[in-house]
Amino acid sequence: MDWVIEARGLTKTYKMGEIEVEALRDVSFQIERGEILAIMGPSGSGKSTLMNTLGCLDRPTSGDYLLDSEAVSNMNDDQLASIRNRKVGFVFQSFNLLPRMTAIGNVELPLRYAGLTEDRRERAIQALEAVGLKDRMTHRPYELSGGQQQRVAIARAIVPNPSIIMADEPTGNLDSKVGKDIMSLLLNLNRERGTTLIIVTHDPVIAEQTQRIIRLRDGYLESNSQEKKVKAKQ
Amino acid sequence: MTFTQSLLEALESLSGNKLRSGLTVLGIVIGVAAVIAMLAVGRGAEESITGSISSIGTNLLFVFSGDAGGPPGRNGGSGNNDRPLTLADAKAIADPFAAPSVQSVAPALQGNGTVTFAGENSSTTIQGVTPEYASVRNLEVAEGEFLNEEQLLGRMSVVVLGPETADNLFGRHEGVVGETIRIEGQPFRVIGVLVAKGGGAFGSEDNSVYIPFTTAQARLTRRGARDEVDIIFVQAASAENVLQASEEIANILRQRHRTPIGDDDFTIFTQQDFLSTFETITGVLTIFLGGIAGISLLVGGIGIMNIMLVSVTERTREIGLRKALGARKRDILLQFLTESSLLSLIGGVIGVIFGWLIGLIVGQIAAASDTNFTPVVGADAILLSTSFSALIGLFFGIYPASRAANLEPVEALRYE
Repeated sequence: MDWVIEARGLTKTYKMGEIEVEALRDVSFQIERGEILAIMGPSGSGKSTLMNTLGCLDRPTSGDYLLDSEAVSNMNDDQLASIRNRKVGFVFQSFNLLPRMTAIGNVELPLRYAGLTEDRRERAIQALEAVGLKDRMTHRPYELSGGQQQRVAIARAIVPNPSIIMADEPTGNLDSKVGKDIMSLLLNLNRERGTTLIIVTHDPVIAEQTQRIIRLRDGYLESNSQEKKVKAKQ
Repeated sequence: MTFTQSLLEALESLSGNKLRSGLTVLGIVIGVAAVIAMLAVGRGAEESITGSISSIGTNLLFVFSGDAGGPPGRNGGSGNNDRPLTLADAKAIADPFAAPSVQSVAPALQGNGTVTFAGENSSTTIQGVTPEYASVRNLEVAEGEFLNEEQLLGRMSVVVLGPETADNLFGRHEGVVGETIRIEGQPFRVIGVLVAKGGGAFGSEDNSVYIPFTTAQARLTRRGARDEVDIIFVQAASAENVLQASEEIANILRQRHRTPIGDDDFTIFTQQDFLSTFETITGVLTIFLGGIAGISLLVGGIGIMNIMLVSVTERTREIGLRKALGARKRDILLQFLTESSLLSLIGGVIGVIFGWLIGLIVGQIAAASDTNFTPVVGADAILLSTSFSALIGLFFGIYPASRAANLEPVEALRYE
C-alpha cells in the first residue's frame, strides 16, 4: 500500500498548570495517497490536536508519525517548518489571508519561504487559475467575497504541490451555497491532482462527501470507517 | 526568503500604518536632527574661531611679562618681582645665533586712548610698533603704506589707521591718507589704512591705530626711559619651529632676567596654545551635547521597541500563519528586524534632513546679524548618525523579533 500518512500510537499530553491533559491517546491509522478523509468529533475530542500533529505544526508526545515516509516525531522546529512548506497545504475556517498583500502575493508566500524566485509568479498564477480566480490576481483580500477569499487560500495551499491538504472547517464561515462550491472545488482538485485531502469538520453533510470518516472521542480513535467504504467501493 | 523581499515586505507593512510609524520614529528623528545640527553648528564655530586664530598671524608666539603658568602665591600672575620685558630683550630674541628658529620680532606698546578729527572722537587701541609688526601679524595695507624704519628712527608723528577707526573718524576708509588727526591731543599725519580683518577672537584689530614704537615711547607713555615693552610678537621660521623657538626665547629671557628654571617671570604663548585651549573647550562641549543627543536616540530606540512589541502581539495570527506556511524562526526574526531597523533608518534620514535645515537656518541668522559663521554638515556626520540610528533599530528590534520568532505556531494560529 502507498501510505501518505502512517500514525502509530500517537499520544499528546498537555500540561495545564498542575494537571496533565491527554488530548490524544494511542491513536493509530493510515491514510492512502489520494484519499479524501474527514476527521470528526465533538469539541474537546482531540480533533484539533490531531490536525495540528498531522499538519506538522506540533510534535506528538509519543508515538510515530510518518508523512511521506519521513519521520516527523523527532524533527526540530526548522525541519518541521521545511516539511510543512513542502508537504502540507493548510485551508483555514477564517481564510487567514494577509490583508496587506494582493491575492497573488498571498499565493506566492509559501514559495517565498521555499526560497523559490524564478518561476514563482507563474506557479502562483497557475494555482489561481486552478481555483478560477485568475482575473482577481491583483485584488486585496478586502476586495474579495468570502468564497473568493477561501479560493485564494486554497490556491495558496496547492501551490507548493503538497502531499496533503489539511482543511479545518473550510466552509464554516461561508453560506451553504458558497460552501458547496468550495467543497466541490476541493474534491475536483483532489481528483485532478491526486492530492490527499483531510477535512476536519462538524458538518455531517460535508463528511458524507468523503471516502472515510475518522471519529475521535476523548482523545481515543472511536471509529475508522475505512473498511466499510472500501467494501462499498468494491 | 531573500533580503530584498523582506525589505519590500517591511516597507509594505510600515506604510500600511503610516501614522503609527511616523510617531514611532519621532524620537529617532529628533535625536538625529539634534546630533546633525549640533555637529554642524559646532564645526562651523570651530572653523570660524580657527580662522580668526590663524588670521592673527602665522607661526606666531606671544611673549608677555609675568608668569601665567607658575606656581600660585610665589610668582604667579603679574607678581611685583617680575622684571618687565624691554627693547633689549626683543633685540636679544632677534639674534639669529641665539635663536635660529626665530624669523622676526615685533615688540609693541599698547594702550587705550582717544583720537579726534574735526570734532569726531573715537576711543581706540593705540599700538606703538616697529615695521616688522605688519608682516608678523599678517596686516595688509589697503591704502598708503605701513610704518617704515625711517619713521621709527625719526620718532615721526605718523599713524596707520585700522579701517574701523577710519570709519569712525572720517565716515569712510578710503582717501584719508594725508589727513592729520589728533591722538591724545597731539597731531599725527595719516600715512596708511589697513585692510579689514573682521572681529577676531582677541578684540577688534580693525579699531586700532599704529604709530612708530619710538614715538609711542617718547610721547604717549610714561615709561620711555626704561625701554619697557608690553608684549613681544615673535614669528617662528616655520610651523615645525614654533616649539623650538619657544624654547630658545625662554632660554634667552631666563639668562637675561637671571631667573631659575621653573620660576620664569615671563610667559610665552603660541597660537597652538590658543588652538588647543579652544579645542579642549569644544571637545567638552561636543561630548556634553553628544550625550544629550545620545539619550534622545536611546529614548527613540525604546519607543521603537515598545511599538514593535505591540506589533508582534497584534500580528500573532499572521506570524502563526507564516509559520504554518513554512517560515522558519530566522525568517520571522529577519522580517521583524528588517522592519525595526528600516523604521529607525527612515527616522535617521528624516532627522538628517531636519538637522541640516536647522544648520541652514542658524547660518542664515548668523549671516543676517553679520557674524562670520557658517554651520558645516559633514558627510561623516550624516553617515555616522544614519548608520547609528539603523543600529539602534536593530538593537531594540532584537527582543520583539525574537519573541515573534519563538512563538509556537499552534498557539499563534489560535490567538484571537
